[in-house]
Parts: sequence; structure tokens; C-alpha cells
Amino acid sequence: MTFAEFFSCSLLAFGPPLVMFAMTIANDPVRIIIMIAAAFGWLLSFLLSSLVWFAVVPLRTYLVFGMVFAIIFQELFRYGMYVLLRKTEAGLKEISENHEIGSNKLEMAYVSGLGFGAMSGAFALVNVLADSVGPGTLGLHNGTEYFFVTSAAMTLCMILLNTFWSVIFFSGLDDKYYPKIVWVVGSHFFVSGLSLLNRNELYAATIIPSYIVLIVTAYLAYRSAGGTGRSFLQSFSSRIE
Amino acid sequence: MSDTGSESDEATERTALMDGHIAEARPDREIAERIARKKKTKSDTQRTYGVSNTNSVEQNDGGGSSGPSRPGPSGPNPPQPTEPQIEELELKYGARHVIKLFVPVTLCMLVVVATISTVSFYSVKDVYLAYTPFHEESPHAVTKVWNALANSMILLCVIALMTVLLIVLYKKRCYKIIHGWLILSSLMLLFLFSYLYIEEALRAYNIPMDYITLGFVMWNFGVMGMIVIHWKGPLRLQQAYLIFIAALMALVFIKYLPEWTTWAVLAVISIWDLVAVLTPKGPLRILVETAQERNEPIFPALIYSSTVMYCLVGTTTTGEGTAGEGRAAARPASGADGDGGFDAAWAARRDAGRDPGRDSGRDPGRDSGRDPGRDSGRDPGRDSGREARRLRVDGTQPANYTTRVERVAPPPPPPPDMEEEKGVKLGLGDFIFYSVLVGKASSYGDWNTTLACFVAILIGLCLTLLLLAILKKALPALPISITFGLIFYFATRGVVKPFADALAAEQVFI
Repeated sequence: MTFAEFFSCSLLAFGPPLVMFAMTIANDPVRIIIMIAAAFGWLLSFLLSSLVWFAVVPLRTYLVFGMVFAIIFQELFRYGMYVLLRKTEAGLKEISENHEIGSNKLEMAYVSGLGFGAMSGAFALVNVLADSVGPGTLGLHNGTEYFFVTSAAMTLCMILLNTFWSVIFFSGLDDKYYPKIVWVVGSHFFVSGLSLLNRNELYAATIIPSYIVLIVTAYLAYRSAGGTGRSFLQSFSSRIE
Repeated sequence: MSDTGSESDEATERTALMDGHIAEARPDREIAERIARKKKTKSDTQRTYGVSNTNSVEQNDGGGSSGPSRPGPSGPNPPQPTEPQIEELELKYGARHVIKLFVPVTLCMLVVVATISTVSFYSVKDVYLAYTPFHEESPHAVTKVWNALANSMILLCVIALMTVLLIVLYKKRCYKIIHGWLILSSLMLLFLFSYLYIEEALRAYNIPMDYITLGFVMWNFGVMGMIVIHWKGPLRLQQAYLIFIAALMALVFIKYLPEWTTWAVLAVISIWDLVAVLTPKGPLRILVETAQERNEPIFPALIYSSTVMYCLVGTTTTGEGTAGEGRAAARPASGADGDGGFDAAWAARRDAGRDPGRDSGRDPGRDSGRDPGRDSGRDPGRDSGREARRLRVDGTQPANYTTRVERVAPPPPPPPDMEEEKGVKLGLGDFIFYSVLVGKASSYGDWNTTLACFVAILIGLCLTLLLLAILKKALPALPISITFGLIFYFATRGVVKPFADALAAEQVFI
């Protein structure tokens, strides 16, 4: 039973990102490298925010404090990735054999967003998954039986949100259209703030609004990348890949 | 004992991340052709109008004249148009090769992490090696620290001694002894350590197996491994075996080294790596330079290569030199003429340049005894092939400049010819120590730490390869990755883990 829980939660959280990786990133070496670089960037931001949390000893039990700094550092590093990618665009063309690598400006935004999201999701969920295999599970004596599923669902939400946030963020910086940046930072604070309610097991109040924000953000990212309703329908009809 | 032999063997060769200028000498001419074609569109159209127009073409061309279009380039080309292309194609060695190293490094780490998490044998400390006499049994941290440092110094001395011994043997051309040593240590790894591994894995998963089946499986596994590593075999199989024996060695290190000693050894080995490869009198640098002078590959079985290494130029004869140039020049010709031309020129080259004995085309040609035979077999074919190729070489502007690039390579050793694809090589010791770091991180049970070390090592490898592409000489692969790995291990374990655990327990998602 625990194995079933392990597999279902891991596939729920990491299935879509894995498919996105396999279909869009795995066959292009430069994208893989960018994705790992973005994962490293997220790791650095998380390290810094942990340092802040660790340093301020009395506020350790109030995760809000750590969370605020975590979000700030993550957005700073997202901006850092933007600067890095824009500056090294020429260099990427050099080392890549795919000469259209810089053609879609938001391609790198997508890849780096997926890298950010994957690392964020992995750090959030992988220890939980390792515990879910073990003997015993939550909900029998203490805790709620929905713990693992809701963690996995929120992780998926965060991974996809990070991907879309990067696209919107980069597009906003490129066009100097700052409401997009405000949306990214604002919705990040909103979703993370909502997740603070998870300790009271109000899962409906946290997951449903988070997914609504995910859908809106997905739509915004799609529009930023130049998608229209017609191109959306066309993507279903034709088989050109 | 052979345990010494195996671990120091791996240790001596681990640093030969020596793609360097051996590979750079044939720097992706097809890609250079593509750039050249894209950049010089006008001259392209002129060029394709045939061999006869070559004179006018070359004079029209700004980059033009390597004089009259004779295949052997005379006279210096004006460097301006060619210099930026040479710059470009030096950076072209890039992303694809990084991935070619990411995948095996990741696989090796996966094997080690999977084993550590499931087979508890490798996490249990019962017996220690003779090289680590201080067993860190004291509860005081200070004692543990000096124990760890002393152990790592002893290990470093052993490794340095073995490296120097190896270099002396290599310089004195005692190839038989070296080969015997390598064969003995890979025998031990493939049979003894693999048997212990499979025994512990069967025990951990509670799978019964009789000795007859086990003997059959082990015999086949071991013999196939010996053949594929030391002789010929499919590339993927050889890579798989090398990854597996690197993982086995890493598991041995993780099991038999005391806790703090492992970390001390990692730090000390990366400093040793840095010193041994970069300082002028460093043993590994001497090894690499001697091997390059003699135009021989570094020992088999200790380097992971992402492509098949054909060392055609096993002996340094002048015939080889011109053949190397002729062969190399043919390739850009083929590239520039498009696919049709490619087939013909490639076939011509294959007839002329290939060793008849290398039918599957897989032998890295390490055995120096085999080279004379191969050379003689090749000579008659080479001349006719070269004439066939001569026509091709005439017609293309880029061929001239790329042949000039060939000239620019250091004259005495004609660069060893490589297959179509330029490959990248990493010493097995690098695999071993990366996997030791990640495996040790995973043995404490925290997956965040394992992931952080994994990403840090990959980024370090990426940076090392970037440096390699820029500096183009043998570089130590350990220092940057191990430094990142160690920093992130201690940082994650100390600071990030509590934060991540607190967040996950409350289900707060940042």
C-alpha cells in the first residue's frame, strides 16, 4: 500500500514536468544545460534563504518569516537568470549546434522556469516521498490521510507555476511591461501565503485557489509567448512536431 | 596487493581529462564548413560552380588565396577571414559533449545511490583498510579531525607513490608490466568485487540463487568485461562496464573509509589533482605530455571515452603526417560539397584510411604492437585514396584554410586521427570520486542533500568542460566539482535541511 502511495504521489507531482522535459528539453543539449543551471540558481537562492532563516534563531518557528525571504531571493535569482541568459545568448548560439536556439526569445525562459520549478518541487517533495515508502503511513493514528496527496498536488502546482512565472517574468522584462512582474511576484506571495493554511488541514481552501491562479498564470504565459486561441486549436489538429 | 593496485590505478588516471588539443586538432570541420558556408554566401555560389573555377574563386574570395589551388597548401593564408572561424570552431566544442559526460556521470551516481539506499552492507562499518589506521572511534571532534587528516595524508602518500611508480614505468616503456598491472586490477574488480556486490544485493533483496547459476553468470560477466575493456567491443557495452566498475570502486571507498576520513580524502585528492595536473613537474602532466609526444593513448581501462578512439597514428612516421593531413583535408571537402560529395569522399577515405583489420571500426588501437602491422596495411591504399581525394580538396576554399589549421598544430606529432565525432574523455577516477561524494551524502538518508550535491557536481563538470573548451589543454576534473559538492553538502546538511524539513512538515510551499 505504501508503494502505491509512493508511486502515485511521485507521478502526480513529477509526471507532467517529466513529460515536458522529455518532449521539449531532453533532445537539445543546451537546454539541458540551461535547465541544470537554473536548478543550481534555485538551489543558491534556497541556500541564501535558509541562511537567513537559520540565522534569525527566535523566528525559526514562524515560517512566514523564512517564507518571505525565500520568495524574495527566488525572484531575485529569477531576475539573475534573466540577466545571465540575455547576456550569454550569443555564447549559447556558439556552443549549440541548433542554430535556431535564440529564435524564440522565451524558449530560454521556459527552460529556466522548468529548471527552477523542478528543483523547487524536488526539494519540497523528495523527502516526503521517501517517507511515504516506509513502514506506516499518515492518517492511521495521527495526521490526515490526505497529507501525501495534497503535498504532491501542491508540488505539481508550484512546478508548473514556476515555469509560467519565468515566461511571464522574462517577457515582462523584455517588453518593459512591469505589471507582468507585479503579477509574478504577487501571485507567488499569494500562493505561498495560502499554503500556510495547510497546517490547519484546510486543503480545499489552499489547493483550489492555487490551481485557479495556476490556470490564470498559464493563460498569461501562453499569451506572453505569443499564443492565440487559433494557434491553440491548431496545435491539436496538426501533427507537426 | 591488488586492492592497492586497483584503487591507485584508478586514482592515477582519474585526472586525465585530456580532451585538450588532441581532439581540438580536428575541430569539427563540418561545423566549420557550415559556418563558412553561412557566412560566405557569395563565395559559396561561386565555389559550387566547379573545380575549374577555383583560381578565380580564390582570388575573388577575400579569404582566398592559399595560392593556386593545390591540395597541399602552400603559402600562408591571410589570417583575417580564417581567424574568426578558428575562434568560432574552437568554441564549437560544446554542449553536446557536456551532455555526453553528464549522462555517464549521472548513471554512475544513480547506481551508487541506489545501492547505498537498498543494500545496507555498504553503509555498515565493520572492517577498515590497512591504509586508514585511525578509526575515529573517539567521541571527541578534535580527535576525529586529526584522525581524518592523518588517514587522508597516508592515502595521499600511497596514491602519489603509485602514480610516480606508474610514471616511471611508463617513461621506461615497461608496457608489459603496466598492462599486467591493469589487467590484474580489472580482473579483481570484475570478478571479486562484482561477486561480493551481487552476493550482498541478493542478500538484501532476499533472493535465493544457487552457486552454479551464480558461477555461470559471474564468469560470463567477468570475461565479457575483460574483453570489452581491454580489447574490442561495442562502445556502449564498454561504457557500461566502465561505469559499473567505477561505481564498484566508489562503493568500496564508501564502505571502507571512516566517516570524516571520506570527506578529508575528497578534499585532499582534489588538491592533489590540481597540483599533479597543472604544475609543470606534476606527475600526471608528465604522463599526459609523454603520451602525447609518443602519440599513444593513455592506458585503456582507465579512461571513459564518449566516442571510439581510433588511434591510427600509433607511430610517428612522416607518411602518417601527410596522410593525416590528407585525410583531414578530405573531410572538409566532403562537408562542403553537401551530402552527395560526402558519401564519395567518405568512401574514398574509408578505403584508403581504414585499417583492414578494424572491420567493426572499434578498436582504439591501444596495443602498440599492433600499429606497425596496421600502418603497412594502410600505405598502398592511402596513396590511391589521397589521389582520389585530391580532386575534392581542390575545389573548396574552406579546405585550404582548414588544412592550414592542421598545419598550425604542433609539427612533430601528427595529431592522432579521430572518428567523425570529436569525443570527450574523462578519467575513471573522476567518476569514482564524484560518486563517492554523492553516495556518502545519500548514506545519511537525506535526499535534499543528495540532490544538492548532484546538481553541484554537474555544474562543476559543466564549468570544467567550459574551461577545457577555452584553454584546450588537459585539465583536472576533480577540483571544481568536488569543491562545489563539498560546499553544498555541508551547507545543505547544516542549514537547508532543517528549513526544508520544517516547510515540508507544515506543507508550506515556497
